[in-house]
Amino acid sequence: MTPMTRRSFLQTTVAGTAALGLSNSLFYRSASAQTALTVGFIYVGPKDDYGYNQAHAEGAAVIKALPGVTIIEEENVPETVDVQKTMESMINLDGAGLIFPTSFGYFDPHMLAMAEKYPDVQFRHCGGLWQEGKNPANTGSYFGYIGQGQYLNGINAGYATKSKKIGFVAAKPIPQVLQNINSFLLGARSVDPTITCQVIFTGEWSLAVKEAEATNALIDQGADVITCHVDSPKVVVETAAGRGAFICGYHANQSPLAPEKYLTGAEWAWGNVYTDFIKKAQAGEPLGNFVRGGLKDGFVKMSPLGPGVSEEARKKFDATLAEIKTGTFSVFKGPLKDNKGADVVTAGQAFAEDAIELESMAYLVEGVVGSTS
Amino acid sequence: MEDGIGIWGVPLAILAGAIRVSTPFIFVSLGEAITERSGRINLGLEGTLVFGAMTAYAVAVMSGSPYIGVLAAMATGAIFGLVHGFICKFPKVNDIAIGIAMMQFGLGLAFFLGKPFIQPVAPRLPSISLGGWSDLPQVQSALTINVLFIVGGLLALALWWAFRNTRIGLILRVVGDSSDAARAMGLNPDTVRLLATAAGGALAAIGGAYLSLYYPGSWNEGISSGQGLMAVALVIFARWNPIGCFLAALLFGGAGALGPALQSVGVTQGYYLFYAAPYVLTLAILIATSSPTRALVGAPGALSITK
Repeated sequence: MTPMTRRSFLQTTVAGTAALGLSNSLFYRSASAQTALTVGFIYVGPKDDYGYNQAHAEGAAVIKALPGVTIIEEENVPETVDVQKTMESMINLDGAGLIFPTSFGYFDPHMLAMAEKYPDVQFRHCGGLWQEGKNPANTGSYFGYIGQGQYLNGINAGYATKSKKIGFVAAKPIPQVLQNINSFLLGARSVDPTITCQVIFTGEWSLAVKEAEATNALIDQGADVITCHVDSPKVVVETAAGRGAFICGYHANQSPLAPEKYLTGAEWAWGNVYTDFIKKAQAGEPLGNFVRGGLKDGFVKMSPLGPGVSEEARKKFDATLAEIKTGTFSVFKGPLKDNKGADVVTAGQAFAEDAIELESMAYLVEGVVGSTS
Repeated sequence: MEDGIGIWGVPLAILAGAIRVSTPFIFVSLGEAITERSGRINLGLEGTLVFGAMTAYAVAVMSGSPYIGVLAAMATGAIFGLVHGFICKFPKVNDIAIGIAMMQFGLGLAFFLGKPFIQPVAPRLPSISLGGWSDLPQVQSALTINVLFIVGGLLALALWWAFRNTRIGLILRVVGDSSDAARAMGLNPDTVRLLATAAGGALAAIGGAYLSLYYPGSWNEGISSGQGLMAVALVIFARWNPIGCFLAALLFGGAGALGPALQSVGVTQGYYLFYAAPYVLTLAILIATSSPTRALVGAPGALSITK
C-alpha cells in the first residue's frame, strides 16, 4: 500500500465518484469516457525539433481535431522520476485516461510504476519493450518498422551518389539503428553493388556539435549523400546541405531545411496510429497491447521526392514502394555477410520486416564501414 | 568530391575542428578570465551561453541580421553578469552558489523564451574562405573561418596585453589579488567586480551566438552540451592567461573532432574512448604541470577557490 498523500487521497475520492467506470479496467476513469477522452503526450525533447518528437507531436495534432478528444502535451521531460510526476499530474489534474509516453527510457520503471498505481488509466509506450504476461494489462507498446523506409532512402542515395560513398550519422549501436544503417546501404547497393556506407556513431541521441563534426568528417572522406538516426536531424541536414551533399531525411520531413538537396526521407506517420487508438478507446474496444506496422500499414511514410531525384531513381523508388506495400518485400535476404565476413543471413532465407530476428540485430552488413562497439 | 582524402582526414579534421568547435570555448574562457582576474568566479556562464545562443537566434530571426543577434546576445549576457555581480556584492554571499543558480535560471529562461524559435531558420554569420589556394574541397572547407574566431584570437592578444600594460588591467589585477590593497588605493572592489562580471557575461553570450548562428547553427535546448562549464575549467587550466585560454580552447576543439574523424577513416573500435580524449588530455596536462611545492601560478589571490 502506498502512503496516503493528498494527491492519492484526491485520486481515490475522484475515482470513487466514478466507481462505475472503475469496474472494468478497459474503460476510462470518467463516466462519460466513451465520448470525452483526455489524452496525454509526453516528449523527451522539444516538439518542433524536425525529428523524433516532432513526428509524435504531428500525430498528436491529428487526433486533436477528432471530436471529444482533449490532448495535453508536455515537452522536455527527462527519462527520470520527472516523467512519473508528469504522468501523475496528467492523470490527477487533467483527468487523462490514455497516456502516450513517447520516449524509450520512460518505460521501465516509470510508466510501469504509474500503470500499477493507476490501473484504470491506459498507457501505451512507443518502442519495443512491452512483454506479454510480464507487464500490466493496462500498458502496451506501439512501434513502426521504418527500416524499409531507410531502404527506399538508400535507393535514392544509390542513384544520387557520384563518389559511390554514402554516409550515416548514428547515435548508438542498438538493433534498431543498426537495422536502419544496413537497410540504407542495402537500398543503395540494389542500385550499384560497389557503393559503401560510412557510419559514425556520436554516442548520444542529441549532441548538436558532434553531429555537425560527424557530418563534416563523412563529407571530408568523400561521402556525398548523408542520412542519420539521431533525435533531431536538423543539424545534420543543414550541415550536409551547406557542404553540398544530398540528404535523406529521418523521423520527420526536413525538406524545408534544404529544399534543393533533400532527396526523400523515412518519416513516422503517428497520426494514423493515434487515430486508431482513439477510435478504439471511444468505442470502448480494447486498444491492443502490441501494435506494430510499417509502410504498408500506414505507420511509416516517405517524404515527397525532392528535385535532385532523377527519373530513373523515381521509377525504381515507386516500384519498390509498391512492392513493399504488397507485404512481400524483404530487405534482409540471404546470402548476406556482415562487415567482418561472417554469414548473417544464409542463402534462401528472407526476413519479413516484422521478423523477430531483426529485432536483435547486432551486426553491420558487408559494405558498411564502421563498428558496433 | 571525387574521392576521400584518407588518413590525411584526421589531422585535417583536428585542425578544422579546432577552428570550428573552439570559438565558444574561446569567448567563454576569455570572459571568465576577466571575471576571475577580478577575484570572482562566475559558474553561471553555461546559462549565459545558452541564453545568448537563444537571444542571438531569436533576434536574428526577427531582425534578419545575425549581427544584431550577436549584439542582443552581448546585451543579455552583460545583464546576466550584472545580476551575478550585484548579488555577490552583499556580504556572506557565495559566488559559486550564485553562479549555479544563475546557470539554472539562464537555462530555464532560455528554454522558456526560445520555444517559438526552434523551427525558424535564422540567417547565419558569414565566414571568410582562406582555403582558396587549395583545390581540395576538404581543405577549403576546413579553412572556412568565421569572423568570430578571428575576433576571439585578436581579443585574446588584446586582453593579454591589456592585463599587463594598461591601467584597467592593473586595477583588475589589484582587485583580484587583494581587496584590501584595492581599497587602500581608493578603488571599490565591488564596482570593479561588477563590471568585470558583466564583461565576462557579454563575452560568454557571444560564444552562445556562435553556436546558434554559425556552428552547428541552429537553436534547440540541447545546443550547448556543456561548453560553458568546460570553458570555466579551461581558465584554470590556462592559468588565467588569455593566450593560454585561446590555445586551450583550440586544443579542446581539436580533441573533440578526433572521435568522428577517426571513425570516418575506419578506426571504428572504441569510439567512446576517443570521445573522452579532451578530458583525458586535460587531466594529463594538469597532472604534468602540477607541483606539490607551489600554488597555482597566476591565480588571483582573492579568488574564492584560492582563499
